[in-house]
Amino acid sequence: MSTAAGGLHRAEAAAAELVRRADAVPLLEIADLRVRFDTADGSVQAVRGVSFAVEAGHTLGIVGESGSGKSVATQAAFGFARGAKVSGRALFEGRDLLTMSEKELRAVRGARVGMIFQDPLTSLHPMYRVGWQIGEGIRAHDRSATRRETRSRAAELMARVGIPHPHERLDDYPHQFSGGMRQRVMIAMALALRPSLLIADEPTTALDPTVQAQILELLRELRDDLGTAIILITHDLGVIAEIADDVVVLYAGTIMEEARVKDLFRDHHHPYTEGLLGSLPSAGVPKGELVPIEGQPPSPIDPPPGCPFGPRCVYRTTTCALRAPPLVEIPGQLRHRSACVLPTDPVLRQSARAAHRPAVAHGAPQGR
Amino acid sequence: MITFLVRRLALGLLVMWLVTVIVFIIFYIGPGPADVARALAGRDAPPATVALIARRLLLDRPWYVQYGHFLWGLVHGNLGYDYFHDQPVTSIVAQGIPITLSLIVGAAPLWLFLGVMSGVNSAQRPRSFRDRFFTTLALFFYSTPTFVLGVLLILFLYYQLTIHGIALFPGSGFTPLTQSPLEWFRGLVLPWLTLALVTAATYTRLTRSSMLDVLGEDYVRTARAKGLSERRVVYRHALRAALTPIMTQFGIDVGTLVGGTVITEQVFGLPGLGWTAVHAIQEQDLPVIIGIVIVASAAVVVCNIVVDALYALVDPRVRLH
Repeated sequence: MSTAAGGLHRAEAAAAELVRRADAVPLLEIADLRVRFDTADGSVQAVRGVSFAVEAGHTLGIVGESGSGKSVATQAAFGFARGAKVSGRALFEGRDLLTMSEKELRAVRGARVGMIFQDPLTSLHPMYRVGWQIGEGIRAHDRSATRRETRSRAAELMARVGIPHPHERLDDYPHQFSGGMRQRVMIAMALALRPSLLIADEPTTALDPTVQAQILELLRELRDDLGTAIILITHDLGVIAEIADDVVVLYAGTIMEEARVKDLFRDHHHPYTEGLLGSLPSAGVPKGELVPIEGQPPSPIDPPPGCPFGPRCVYRTTTCALRAPPLVEIPGQLRHRSACVLPTDPVLRQSARAAHRPAVAHGAPQGR
Repeated sequence: MITFLVRRLALGLLVMWLVTVIVFIIFYIGPGPADVARALAGRDAPPATVALIARRLLLDRPWYVQYGHFLWGLVHGNLGYDYFHDQPVTSIVAQGIPITLSLIVGAAPLWLFLGVMSGVNSAQRPRSFRDRFFTTLALFFYSTPTFVLGVLLILFLYYQLTIHGIALFPGSGFTPLTQSPLEWFRGLVLPWLTLALVTAATYTRLTRSSMLDVLGEDYVRTARAKGLSERRVVYRHALRAALTPIMTQFGIDVGTLVGGTVITEQVFGLPGLGWTAVHAIQEQDLPVIIGIVIVASAAVVVCNIVVDALYALVDPRVRLH
């Protein structure tokens, strides 16, 4: 009885969410974004046709390993991947960022979208006081703000992100703060003008694990209080599980799989996602059970046709090297899409995986 | 800050004392005291006269007595007298200092401005036409000998202009600032240009590489993420951090040039310290040479202390002790 009611409840909630999502115009909608850098060694295809959307107040996690294009994609969309050739569409609050003038983009950056980065020590200017650095962003967008106002606003922001004694710490320099406090300063700076979107690029990677949890907790709290949407870029699925609503898995500049976070963890489809989950350390997993993904990501210069993950994939078929599989819907789940030839039906997929398992053990001799 | 200054001043005095010892040793084991007395006595002087002069100048005493005498005079502000006109060395040096300082006071801001601006512009668009243009220009002036550039400036901006009736600049000579500021300025424009153009090249390259490093820093990305204007990002954020190596070079250059604007002073007939030094060397007028070396080393020591103190002002992470 109770389980049936619970199931009904879940179904209703899912239906309600479906309706809401259909109505909502996304805050940021990236469509077929391509980013390349022309270098002396050739054209580096950093992002190869990526599409995703972020809704107001929601958190999108972008996960991938180094060089997957996860940082470049958002930086290019907001116009500060230097030297990049960017194409596609990036609608933010209804306007295309990629066709904006530099001046219009500057009005968006800092005011409508705030950003925090991996290493808060190197991301803060070492020679300016933190209060000044927070205030500078405010004054850049709000010319009417007086020095005094920005100062007190900076102090309020520092208090808001949990920095003790903000008034006394306004005139301190970044090196006088601990790592976690520095990241709080960055967050205060990014949220100074109440942006609708916060881009957090590996916000906890450089921090101690205990501090990581505090920063994630702060981000979650601020998102819920201020209604700020977050794009969380990370290589750590654990961080995604903590805070994100939706997740996009990037590999070699293309989307491998996208889903709601709970669906991804419960029922992933793509072998790359499987690899990421397998290499995720967590409490309770005994030593030796971590499964690393063998091999290296492909070179981003003149990538070959076919699935970019193919060469490292244990389930690869002959067709994988010829044509990259398109993103297909996984039936029965909300906006769960995956770019893999494995069957979308869960039962067939399980048997397909099982069929490959022995091949993993004897994979090496087979290849020769 | 106070302990820092005391420590550095003490160290500076030690350095200068070592300089006097080294200069004195070079003098003592160099031409030798006997030669000095003979030179002063004149070519045909009898040995008795030479001996008398040697005794009067303490040249017949052991070197440590001579050095003690010299050091005693030095701490009392007496650098001795020149060999040929019996003028106090201090007044000879004092005549040269304002001229050399005038040269540096005008040239230094000019080369700093030219070098930093061209370097920043180069770094903003590496490998662009603008970058290559400034690089070529910098290399051109860097590889032009000072005397060639000076003479070319004289040829075009003094000689050609003057014979066409536009006497903008005098060809040589120095007018003290106190006498006529305008004449002082007119007389120094060409030497300033010469010195600045030759020196600026170093700053162009230095600023360019320093800026290229800094422009890739995370905090520059943060500044862009705040939506600041590119101008503010480049000058307020990047250049501020890129200034440190430029400051070091500037301190070294200014300190060195106090005793070393030899060629520029020669070309433009400015009787500054460099000019005086050259003449003293030609005449083997050792007290004057020693005096100028001491002033020049003092300038280097002082400039270094000033630069180190400025580090602490520019970069809050630097602690002075």
